[in-house]
Amino acid sequence: MTDAVMNAGRVAFQADGGTGARKGVQVNRLDGGLIKGGKPLSFTFDGKRFKGFEGDTLASALLANGVRLMGRSFKYHRPRGPLTSGSEEPNALVELRSGGRQEPNTRATVAELYDGLEANSQNRWPSLQHDFMAINDRFSNFLTAGFYYKTFMWPAAFWEKLYEPIIRKAAGLGSISFEADPDAYDKGFLHCDLLVIGAGPTGLMAALTAGRAGAQVIIADEDFLLGGRLNAETFGIGDLTGAAWVEQAQAELAAMPNVRVMPRTTIIGAFDHGIYGAVERTADHVLAPEAGKPRQILWRIYSKRAMLAAGATERPIAFENNDRPGVMLAGAVRAYANRWAVTPDQTVAVFTNNDDGHRTAADLIAKGVKVTAVIDTRADAPAVEGAELFAGAQVIDTKGRLGLESVRLRLASGITRDVPCGALAVSGGWNPNVHLTCHQRGRPAWREDIAAFVPAGELPQNMVVAGAANGDFSTAAALRAGADGAVAALSELGIEAKAGDLPEAEDAPVNVTPFWYVKEGKGRAWLDQQNDVTVKDVKLAHQENFRSVEHLKRYTTLGMATDQGKTSNMGGLAIMAELAGKQIPEVGTTMFRPPYTPVSFGVMAGRSVGEEFRPTRKTPSHKWAEEQGAVFVEVGQWLRAQWFPQAGETHWRQSVDREVLQARNSVGVCDVTTLGKIDVQGKDAAEFLNKMYANAFAKLPVGKVRYGLMLREDGIAYDDGTAARFAEDHFVVTTTTANAVLVYRNMEFARQCLFPDMDVQLISTTEAWAQFAVAGPNARKLLQKVVDPEFDISNEAFPFMGCGEITVAGGCRARLFRISFSGELAYEIAVPTRYGDAMIRKLMEAGEEFGAVPYGTEALGVMRIEKGHAAGNELNGTTSALNLGMGRMVSKKKDCIGNVLSEREGMNQDDALKLVGFKPVDSSATVYAGAHLMNSDGEVSAATDQGYITSVAYSPVLKSSIGIGFLKNGDARKGEVIRAVNPLEGHETQVEVVSAHFVDPEGERLRG
Amino acid sequence: MIINHPILGPRDSQEFTYLGDASLIDRPDWQADNAADQFHDYLYLRDNPAGEHRELWFHEQGDRSWLVVTRNTVTHEILNVELARDVARARGRSK
Repeated sequence: MTDAVMNAGRVAFQADGGTGARKGVQVNRLDGGLIKGGKPLSFTFDGKRFKGFEGDTLASALLANGVRLMGRSFKYHRPRGPLTSGSEEPNALVELRSGGRQEPNTRATVAELYDGLEANSQNRWPSLQHDFMAINDRFSNFLTAGFYYKTFMWPAAFWEKLYEPIIRKAAGLGSISFEADPDAYDKGFLHCDLLVIGAGPTGLMAALTAGRAGAQVIIADEDFLLGGRLNAETFGIGDLTGAAWVEQAQAELAAMPNVRVMPRTTIIGAFDHGIYGAVERTADHVLAPEAGKPRQILWRIYSKRAMLAAGATERPIAFENNDRPGVMLAGAVRAYANRWAVTPDQTVAVFTNNDDGHRTAADLIAKGVKVTAVIDTRADAPAVEGAELFAGAQVIDTKGRLGLESVRLRLASGITRDVPCGALAVSGGWNPNVHLTCHQRGRPAWREDIAAFVPAGELPQNMVVAGAANGDFSTAAALRAGADGAVAALSELGIEAKAGDLPEAEDAPVNVTPFWYVKEGKGRAWLDQQNDVTVKDVKLAHQENFRSVEHLKRYTTLGMATDQGKTSNMGGLAIMAELAGKQIPEVGTTMFRPPYTPVSFGVMAGRSVGEEFRPTRKTPSHKWAEEQGAVFVEVGQWLRAQWFPQAGETHWRQSVDREVLQARNSVGVCDVTTLGKIDVQGKDAAEFLNKMYANAFAKLPVGKVRYGLMLREDGIAYDDGTAARFAEDHFVVTTTTANAVLVYRNMEFARQCLFPDMDVQLISTTEAWAQFAVAGPNARKLLQKVVDPEFDISNEAFPFMGCGEITVAGGCRARLFRISFSGELAYEIAVPTRYGDAMIRKLMEAGEEFGAVPYGTEALGVMRIEKGHAAGNELNGTTSALNLGMGRMVSKKKDCIGNVLSEREGMNQDDALKLVGFKPVDSSATVYAGAHLMNSDGEVSAATDQGYITSVAYSPVLKSSIGIGFLKNGDARKGEVIRAVNPLEGHETQVEVVSAHFVDPEGERLRG
Repeated sequence: MIINHPILGPRDSQEFTYLGDASLIDRPDWQADNAADQFHDYLYLRDNPAGEHRELWFHEQGDRSWLVVTRNTVTHEILNVELARDVARARGRSK
């Protein structure tokens, strides 16, 4: 045990009596760090209990406990540990929590530790140490890029039944519990002058500069600790340590009411016009969200200006067996040591191609960790103090089954040397985090001096990029860029800000010699550890001519895992460039797309789950209908009563048949509020409706209602309803429930875009009026008890298709329409919605002496089919007025939407489909909706198709199944017996072609 | 996207319903000799430019104005926003 571990002062852990036993002891905890000592936090990994501290991530706490092995790889099930200390992590993916809160594929490197955290490894069986599927690793020669395109070619029938199920079972990483997530997720909207993305030195300096100038500022960082790399490095700012400067900046920002500081918030995408998506993890760092608080919030941020200060991501170097637990990025090893007071092992070696890697060696040595070697690919590597330097050397292989034990070097002299180490800190240089700059049309450009891509091309509107994200890697450059960037961005908004004097800070130049992979060795060298893509796979792609970056990506799956190749793309591109004999900028990069890091479905759904998935609209009689025990059905957003079962009724048909017969024999009441209602007013209202409807409206007298058919401009019928004229300049139009929004939209289009000078105004009043159909021979008698006596509603005074404004129940204003969908003597009565509940009670009370029944949408449907009225099934987007038997209604004497194109030859063939009725020859047989019509004999085929059945019902009046539908030349074929067939389900019914008007074809009842 | 509504100022495009090419304003004369051909072209023939495009948006979750938005379909830059009624009048439409 090293001195550092023995001396862990600030971190007060139990050393189990200093026995050195690894079990339950934070053997790799160092001194210092930004974690909070005191009471340790308890957590479990694969059921085993561990201790960590506040400020730890799951990864840092596991490393502190001597656990390097955290997962198994996707394809080969290789043992893996964390590569990084941040959100770019490809390996250390775990399942957090259990039950409804179980979350798979969570990066241990960003999972904030809390007391009681439960984590499990994934993609292994039976255990992480002994994984059965690791057998895949032995067959790696068969599992190279494109293996399943090549391997599972034959026999073809095996693909669906055998290969695909096996591959699907083997694929994927974590699992879900299939239990409902008990937590709430929210959505919100924010506005600001300047959005600062990232709270490292650049972002903090920008936020301070903008905040001091009074601008509205939002600064967001994915980390729970602000400061970025300042928390991971040892150098200071001015007289302060990096962490102390961050604390000071944070305190100043917190005191500004115009600044919103958002830690634990990832900006996931840059969208059009300065809109950014952000996910704030408000309760992922506690055992369970506080009651009433959301777990996460999806923010839509409207920014006038945005600064991308997202820093940079270190990239590895590929070499044989570079994926063993313990092989990590040098910057991550440094972050674990400086921020979390953790070393992945007590002996560490460093492998680098740049000066930055040397910092890791120096920081570890300062912390008392033994650095066994610094291997620098550069022959002119700078000197190292406290460790052996191998300049011009390379790591050519590693050893250690479940974790790194040693590395083998090829020294500059050509000889090999084995160096023992439990961790290898690798640095291949740093890539600016350009991702968000690519979310619109940005294409990064190569900068030779830092050997990396930097933001270029068309950046998202009003975005500036500053600091390491822009390739300025030193702290001093970051502070300068943050301050200057904020001043420039705000000056465009007319806000004057001052950069001020900036504190002194480290200003080291970038000193890197590109080095992507070690060429020596016959084994596999990993590039993309999450998708198990190796250097060999890239070579294979090149050999098989998948050479463009987009082909390379898709053929090998390089960069297609959830980390979007943050640590791997660059290496793959560089190797492809080398193989193709091109320069890296000629090869180019693939594009990055939102989200920046994985986003849970829960936060995307927000509150729109379960019953709140979409709004529910209830009719004015809903409460009353519930009291009656109604069965409800969803009709778009509406809930409508489907039928009203009575005691003793055990099948829905019993209820529906009873409702139909009682309405036809006495009287029934139905809530029809859901039909769309549009109030049309103005001097040109009649002329306007003339344009909207295929039939004429200009001459409709005041006090009358007319049926109207609406066409699309292509001549297809799309909606029908009624228009009631209450005054010369006032109509009330109804639409079908389904098309209420569309008809209103189309009418506004015509009003504003086609006939802009017409004096006409529209307003939707669907929800302003509660409307009830009262249908049946006793309908008038019932209404006479409700309508105030001064209004005469006798047949003479208020004939069929009459309408008027009346009062009910002693002065409540109402509208009465004598229209009938059922074919009976019927009215629709409308009262202001707030009286709807009172009105249904009043109607049913008045109807008691007639045995009035409420009826639902089923009975409504039965009666309209018995009457042959078209509804949605008939207005199905393929039928014209001619098909519907309303061809003559389309006026040729006026202009209306759809009339010109409805005259096209193809829509007016002699054998056009016509709406007719169908009755089974055997009255006990059933007619099926969707059945196709065939002549009485001959082939059943598409070529001999005669039409189809659209709507069916059991008619309690005819005591038979009936249907309506479209038959070629149908109105000339009444009496013919044909077949209604459904070859898929094997139905065939002999049906007689009849008039669609099954009940009261002369229409005597509704005029009575 | 943000649409700068001529009456209401900047509004999120989520409040709008998109229709398409603003040439739908130019509905032909039903009494023209070749009305069927003109209506055919009006209804079915559209340009689909990669670049500037005049298109109709309906402020359905707002004030119910139809707008003509001139938008670059490649960059989504919005160059101009007009009330469709004004455009229709300017193009000679009346009653």
